[in-house]
Amino acid sequence: MTGRPKSALTVVQRARRKSDRLSTWCYMFLAVSLLFSVIGIAVISEAWRPLMKWDAIDNTMVLASVLVAVACSVPGCFLVVRKQSMMGDAISHAALPGVVIAFLLAYMFAGEDHDAESFETIKRSMMFGGAVFVGVLCTLLTESVQRLGRVEGNAALGVVFTSLFAIGLLLMRAKADDVHIDPDCVLYGSVENIALEAYLTGQIPSAIWVNAIALAINVFLVVLLFKELRISAFDPTLATTVGINSRMLHYGLMTVTAITLVAAFETVGSILVVAMLIAPAATAYLLTDRLSWMIVLAMIIAAAAAVVGHASAIVVPDLVLRPLGINSVESVSSTGMTATVIGGFFLIAIFFAPRHGTVSRALNRVKLAIRIAEEDVLGELFRRVERRDTTATSAVLERLGQLHRRSWLNRFALRNLVSADAVRRDDDALHLTEEGVLWAGDVVSSHRLWESYMSKHFALDDDHLHEAAERVEHFLDDEMRSRLRDELGDVDVDPHGRDIP
Amino acid sequence: MTVVARVARWCRGTATIWWLSPALIYLTSAASQASELEDPPTRWTEGLYRVVMLRDYNTRVVLAGATVMGVTAGVVGVFMLLRKRALLGDVVSHAAFPGVAIAYLCAELTSPGTGKTLSYLLVGATVGGVFGAMATSWIRRATRVKDDAALAIVLSVLFGVGITALSIVQRLETGNAAGLTNFIYGKTASMTWSDLKLIVIASVVVAGVVMLLFKELTLLCFDEQFGASHGWPTASIDMCLNMLVVAVCVIGMQTVGLLLVVAMLIIPAAAARFWSDRIGTMTCIAGGFGAVSSATGVVVSSIVPDLATGALIVLFAASLFVGSMLFGVRQGLVPRGYLLFRLRRKTAIHHLLRAFYEAAEVRTQLNGQLPTSLLLSHLGWKERTFAGVAKRGVRKRLVRRDGQEMSLTELGQRESARIVRNHRLWELYLIRYADIAPTHVDRDADQIEHIIEGDILHELERTLAQSADQEVPQSPHAVAVSHPSAVVSGDGQSTKSEGS
Repeated sequence: MTGRPKSALTVVQRARRKSDRLSTWCYMFLAVSLLFSVIGIAVISEAWRPLMKWDAIDNTMVLASVLVAVACSVPGCFLVVRKQSMMGDAISHAALPGVVIAFLLAYMFAGEDHDAESFETIKRSMMFGGAVFVGVLCTLLTESVQRLGRVEGNAALGVVFTSLFAIGLLLMRAKADDVHIDPDCVLYGSVENIALEAYLTGQIPSAIWVNAIALAINVFLVVLLFKELRISAFDPTLATTVGINSRMLHYGLMTVTAITLVAAFETVGSILVVAMLIAPAATAYLLTDRLSWMIVLAMIIAAAAAVVGHASAIVVPDLVLRPLGINSVESVSSTGMTATVIGGFFLIAIFFAPRHGTVSRALNRVKLAIRIAEEDVLGELFRRVERRDTTATSAVLERLGQLHRRSWLNRFALRNLVSADAVRRDDDALHLTEEGVLWAGDVVSSHRLWESYMSKHFALDDDHLHEAAERVEHFLDDEMRSRLRDELGDVDVDPHGRDIP
Repeated sequence: MTVVARVARWCRGTATIWWLSPALIYLTSAASQASELEDPPTRWTEGLYRVVMLRDYNTRVVLAGATVMGVTAGVVGVFMLLRKRALLGDVVSHAAFPGVAIAYLCAELTSPGTGKTLSYLLVGATVGGVFGAMATSWIRRATRVKDDAALAIVLSVLFGVGITALSIVQRLETGNAAGLTNFIYGKTASMTWSDLKLIVIASVVVAGVVMLLFKELTLLCFDEQFGASHGWPTASIDMCLNMLVVAVCVIGMQTVGLLLVVAMLIIPAAAARFWSDRIGTMTCIAGGFGAVSSATGVVVSSIVPDLATGALIVLFAASLFVGSMLFGVRQGLVPRGYLLFRLRRKTAIHHLLRAFYEAAEVRTQLNGQLPTSLLLSHLGWKERTFAGVAKRGVRKRLVRRDGQEMSLTELGQRESARIVRNHRLWELYLIRYADIAPTHVDRDADQIEHIIEGDILHELERTLAQSADQEVPQSPHAVAVSHPSAVVSGDGQSTKSEGS
């Protein structure tokens, strides 16, 4: 029996697949209904109408948001797989004192000529450098507090970044009278101002350039160092043994993260940038198991979120606020909406991710339950045929109902089997088709082989074998069966004396 | 258990109340007596005097509120720190922001002009905070996304919702959003009597819950599975702890602001960790640190103008942390460094004595003098190190030194015999029981010889069937004592020195 023809296997597999179509349909139905409900709501409520006002300013804003989101999502992927996401939050908070100190230093050195064109450039680059420096310093300090003080990692992070942030706030407030520096500028950023700047000057604003450069650096480094980054992300010890300096790589990653985050401050601010950093990466993490795909997906998700976020910032006032009776609001914060939309994407991924989503996991459980019910029906039919018992539908279902107490599932499984051509129904009597016989034979032989195996290797009474075999029969594949046969030698009958098909 | 021990344990368990009670009784009674505003102080010393003497009504209120908040945050923070969830406070405080903004919106929608009612906003903050905490734990449980990413996502996305809501509020026709930003940066300086009442009530509730559930919270921090297996409702206790964090965040938002409230949850607790290994004591200390840093922050900011009180409080807490990290008796760097330094000095002396013993043994002149150059090459130390260790040996009356010659005192002879004996007992033990080749045991014994004492020594003597008198066994391997000019031992042709 071991030399079963290959084609017979595919018959069984094909029959199984046919009966699996249901879950695929469920999935498609869900996706399509979701899509249609969104489109339906949009059409019925005429929510798309404000989008007609989309103009060049909107283009600039979307371009800036997309650049920021995509640039951030790349280092975000590595932070997520390295389980250091909160480091991103810490760096972005800790950068504040760097910005403030650099700002104050710039004013101190510049003396009188504040209005010179070159001063603006110097000031900006000093602030950028200061922020990146303090951001990286934050990771160094965290590590030394963790190591020297034996403080738990999260707590060390919390101590360091809040202290640095407090220094920044203190300086900012203390010098607020001398020089004009607005905390909100760093904390929230303003994509609207950037777009306005572009509109007024007719040039591409520097914020967009900075983010484009950050994105280019990120992509370049990932392409260049992908292998090293991947090894050190998943197995730093292995990375060290194959000669990769993972410590160096860690600080390199932190520096790049800091640069990307600081580049994004002007556009989205230091708190919301964390959403762009982590959420697309985590969403992609739910969707795929490959790091390379994860990065690509994260970039796509980030870009989509930026576009949808801006569009919904325009749509929301009409769609949500007008029905509530707020008419004065023209549009809401584009960045806030982008963060919200990314959160929404993450939520959708939690539910509907193909393998790790909760809905798909539930569907898989349903699928498994149906398959088990089907195989129970097949097994019952096979045994009835074997002992020449009646195969009337009512008798079979009644027997299975006694065994498993799930009559609706049995009935459903039977119908599924009929539609998958594994069982043929003539009037009331049920017959196994050719495929059905092979499939049922697999199930029954699994059952009986397992019983034989258990009675040979475990000190169990014969009346204890059935229960376990009833569970295991659904999970033995072809290879396991042939190994069981080899292990048992030449057995043709199970411990109860029945033939093993 | 004696009555005294019972009372002592109860005191430890109720640490919170002890910290709160003086602050509560004194400060709130002082705060309740409103007095007229006095002239602004002319000199900073006068300002300090006024603040410390609680002359200003405003200062009294602020001082009371901040101190009580500091105690509460420190106490709750201990549990979060030990539970390794220190950053949950960050999520809760950020998540409270959309709660505040949406509560404002709702209030404005239902009856315009009531948006700034504090109770509405605080209810919103509480709901937001609870939502944030629950969302984090749901993501952690339901998906394969790890803890850190769950925290970061909930924090930033909910803050994004908050920013969106804020942008709506700012563009409303009725009312403005000025009050809402107080929640972000705190408004310590403008705290009112009703704010204080609220902080005090919330703190007393939090302290009471901590006191009642002290044992349960401790269980949750140290061994959740054990607790669950004994039938404790760990999920409910966890929920309870999350509620405490939400409460702390809500009252902390009023004082230090939502961006910094997490600091008050983490820093005092982390600093207290350096002072004690007992959770009761730690809670006391953390509460104290919270109170001290808050009070100092308020006092300093009321004397020096233009300082952000919230940031100042956090920085004082941070300096307490740095101080604790340096000088804390349990884990502090200086005490640990001092212990290490003492150990190094002790082992150096031991090495010197053993080198003397081994060299003398090879030369079969246990009482005689040895040239220092021989010892120096045997030990392989630098000249200066050797001179320092030898000087300490002389001071401790273990060795005598006459120019280039060195000899052991009587005490030194006994001590060196003891150390060499420890060394060789351990070597024998390794050879016999750990199956290590005789040529490989020396280095390991080198490290362990200094700490073999008492019970371990007796155990070794028993297992190796050595008599307990001070007889030194033969070395299981050849001891090579080399000398640059003369080869001393019979089998020491290779001039490489073994040992230290």
